[in-house]
Amino acid sequence: MKREKVDVLVIGGGAAGMAAAVQAANEGVKTVLIEREKKTGGVLNQCIHNGFGLHVYRKELTGPEFMEELWKELAETDVLVQSNETILQVLPKEKEVIAQSSEGMKIYEVGSLVLTTGARERPLNSLMIPGTRVSGVFTAGVAQKMVNIYNRLPGKRVLIIGSGDIGLIMARRLKIEGMDVVGVVEIRPEPGGLMRNVVQCLEDFDIPLLLSHTVTEIHGRERLEGVTIARVDESFNPIQGTEKFIPVDTLVASVGLIPQNELIEDFVEMDYINRGPVVDEFMRTSVDWIFAAGNNVAIHDLVDFVYEEGKIAGKYAAKVAKGEKLPEAVYRFNRGKNVGVMLPQKFTATQPFRMYIRPKKTLEKAELRISKESIRKYTWKLRPSQMIDFIFREFESLEPENRVIEIEVIEIE
Amino acid sequence: MSKRIVCVACPIGCEIDVQVAENGELKISGNRCKRGYEYAKDEVTDPKRVLTMSVKVEDGEIELVSVKTDGVIPKKLIPQAIEFLKTLKISAPVNAGDVLVEDLLGTGVKVVATRTVPKRYHSKLEIQA
Amino acid sequence: MKVFVIGTGVVGSLIARELSKYDIELHIVEKKPDVAWGVTKANSAILHAGYDDPPESVRAKFCSKGNYLYNKISKELDIEVKRIGSYVVAFTEEEINTLEKLQKQGEINGVPDLEIIERKELLSREPNLNPDVLAALWAPTAGITEPWEVAIAAIENSVENGATLHLGEEVIGIEVKNGKVKRLITNKAEYEADVIINAAGLFADEIAKMADSEPVFEIFPRKGEYILLDKKLGNLVNSVIFPTPTKKSKGILVLPTADGGLLVGPNAQDLPPDKKHDLTTTKEGLEEVKKGATNLVPNIDFWYAVKTFSGLRPETKEKDFIVGKTSVWGFVNAAGMRSPGLTAAPAVAEYLVEEVLIEELGISLNKKKDFNPFRKRIPHIDETSVEVWDELVRENPKYGELVCFCNKVSEAQIVEAIKRGARTLDGVKFRTRAGFGRCQSGFCSLKIIEILSRELGVSMEEIKMNSENSWIMNGKVRV
Repeated sequence: MKREKVDVLVIGGGAAGMAAAVQAANEGVKTVLIEREKKTGGVLNQCIHNGFGLHVYRKELTGPEFMEELWKELAETDVLVQSNETILQVLPKEKEVIAQSSEGMKIYEVGSLVLTTGARERPLNSLMIPGTRVSGVFTAGVAQKMVNIYNRLPGKRVLIIGSGDIGLIMARRLKIEGMDVVGVVEIRPEPGGLMRNVVQCLEDFDIPLLLSHTVTEIHGRERLEGVTIARVDESFNPIQGTEKFIPVDTLVASVGLIPQNELIEDFVEMDYINRGPVVDEFMRTSVDWIFAAGNNVAIHDLVDFVYEEGKIAGKYAAKVAKGEKLPEAVYRFNRGKNVGVMLPQKFTATQPFRMYIRPKKTLEKAELRISKESIRKYTWKLRPSQMIDFIFREFESLEPENRVIEIEVIEIE
Repeated sequence: MSKRIVCVACPIGCEIDVQVAENGELKISGNRCKRGYEYAKDEVTDPKRVLTMSVKVEDGEIELVSVKTDGVIPKKLIPQAIEFLKTLKISAPVNAGDVLVEDLLGTGVKVVATRTVPKRYHSKLEIQA
Repeated sequence: MKVFVIGTGVVGSLIARELSKYDIELHIVEKKPDVAWGVTKANSAILHAGYDDPPESVRAKFCSKGNYLYNKISKELDIEVKRIGSYVVAFTEEEINTLEKLQKQGEINGVPDLEIIERKELLSREPNLNPDVLAALWAPTAGITEPWEVAIAAIENSVENGATLHLGEEVIGIEVKNGKVKRLITNKAEYEADVIINAAGLFADEIAKMADSEPVFEIFPRKGEYILLDKKLGNLVNSVIFPTPTKKSKGILVLPTADGGLLVGPNAQDLPPDKKHDLTTTKEGLEEVKKGATNLVPNIDFWYAVKTFSGLRPETKEKDFIVGKTSVWGFVNAAGMRSPGLTAAPAVAEYLVEEVLIEELGISLNKKKDFNPFRKRIPHIDETSVEVWDELVRENPKYGELVCFCNKVSEAQIVEAIKRGARTLDGVKFRTRAGFGRCQSGFCSLKIIEILSRELGVSMEEIKMNSENSWIMNGKVRV
């Protein structure tokens, strides 16, 4: 079996992975980027809508344009891109990574590792909706790839379940391509995606959004013939008597993304709210040579943040590969009121860093408090669909004897 | 008249209040940037949007190239623009940034390719056939 | 001698394979476009040890023997059988009494090595069991397999040995003359026939009616709903866990699947005979399954569910198999193959050929000299050793290009599945496990459609999920 020594190995060639590889290579270490598909780019390939790049490139780009920008960055480095290669296993004791490709199996002996494996879509069938198993039920990402890359339509008349951003984007996309889009159902009382997408994808195209509704049954024997939808109460249980049959041949599901950490979750500390590894401000996991960035750490709203994380992970992974010792992350955040997804969870307090928090519920006006002290005020509405981000630099109030720091988002008048 | 608008200029989605005085003067608040101001102003007078879509590629590695309007176009022209782009056909190779339409429906806005689509690889057999 | 087997589930396919050892003209008729798409496709996939069945039942006659025969056929047909054993767990003194009865019954049925295990030992072997458990009946010969793979393998081997497979051909009539089978009529053709074996699963009663044969029986579909969970939970239990059975059924169980996931179910709902297509899952049913499963293994996190499905068991009034000759000479039943039908199938196949056809009907069958008992499966690369996989890649680099990431299925395996008859997404899935995993084909379905389209020389729009009307794509976005 082939063996290869690599300073930084990056697993996953989406936005986070490309950014990490570029940054690691710029630190002057031998960097290999592994991509299991034929080309790098990840989901950017199929996200032909705009809204990307405002933070990173200071211009509004579409997904493929963001990808091409990253390709340009990659082309200026010595990163070796291995596409069509799949990582089978990470061996934590040996610091080895096993890869498979058409060239046969290969073992990488790594200095450090950056895991940028992204997320997968939650399949609708996992929600245990009663009914039949028929064709015509797609996750939003599959429908998107079918339309934008494969040049094929998924059906004629479609209902979207779940108002996450991909669901909203696909509602518009399918309507533009001539499908009869009967609506978007969302089980929660507010949309799951960004407000801008509610406006420009649904309102602009007269697509109804049915909040507090869900699909309660799937009908059809071979191809989908229709679904039953119903209104739900506060605990998301369907209300009897509100059921309605909707004849559709296609159901597109945008019901959640699942961070993919199968390669490391058995030996790094995991955060079961983020469903990703616990990381510090260097994007370092509990194993000091394994870094992670992007949607496998937590589901993000913006590729720009994923990119920034990739850069951080790549930079510090390179330092570790060069033998540099990073300071220890001695402080740890404790989730307080209204704090859902959050990263990083640990920090060293040696330099300011960006934090991301997803509020658990909608807050009209809010205040961010760390150890009960007000850090930021938000005079606008905060929603779970949108992460707040801020630079944390208020280290002077930290007390060395108290290393668990409470962080909370409090509603204010 | 007053109106609350969700700004679509960027993913933040500010909720902007626009008040239109009797004399037509606008009072805009809630935006966090200049683009939001412009967006809100347009939204009450002449709403505008960027359109992203796909155009058919002949002989490309994939059958479609993603495209966008290189700037906003009036919202009321969107249906017409969609129909126009559906009829467009171009030949591979296409490079990201290539201008496919110089002036979309007289708006002065270009339509540009947003990705690269290389020419499809033909095997020798195929060429002989 | 012209012999027809109707049905390609585990029962029909293993009978066909048994028959293919003899010098006859053998036809296998299946109304679906692919094999094993009926009862075989959705059940608990367990090889039962054989203690459940009353000693006087037909089931008892075949179950433990069938279980034993899997040792041989799993080697010959290269199918996966994992002898992980089973526990029937008891929570009350009364249930412990039942365990003792089951143990005795098992011993009468010839089940080897049954043993009652006390709580402490049990919890050390299965630490995730409900701690309220008192004891369990341990049956080391119980196992798990992939029933569709058994059928696919047996059909492949039958065809290799000369059988003709008729797919998409539905039997619509049986002509009987002078009390003997004369002709088999399908929606496509008519055939002269000497022997017809009825292994039509849920529809075996309808086939028997066509022959106007006795015994007269009716098949009732009994629905069972299941929840399949992520591989991450595959280690929650090491063996098949049954509750103590009731009169009605073996109850809701928890077991690892052959490919490493966790399966829970089934409940049992009796449907009227006209509901033989009803594969719906229900809210109540899935709740029942969850409740039953967590009663055995409390910490199953259903967030990790990857899919739900339901299967139908072909039940009869007598709750027993209907196996053997009939009032019509040459018309033979292998019907009512409810649980433990999968386990019993190899024994039933042997019995029908050796006892019924040769002994009872006096048909002289000559063994083929050149019968090849062996069939090689499409390699499961994720389960082979590194060396074997590497060797495969050296021979064919496409073994190194993964298409299904969750279950690690390469392009080479998919192409091989198509060569062996897969025409649809499900055809590929059931032959290779591509799309069976945690993403439920989100990452691979389009790639598999592309490969099917390329290999079969048809457009992508023509590729179906399974049956004729299960289309996936509706034409081009831009022509």
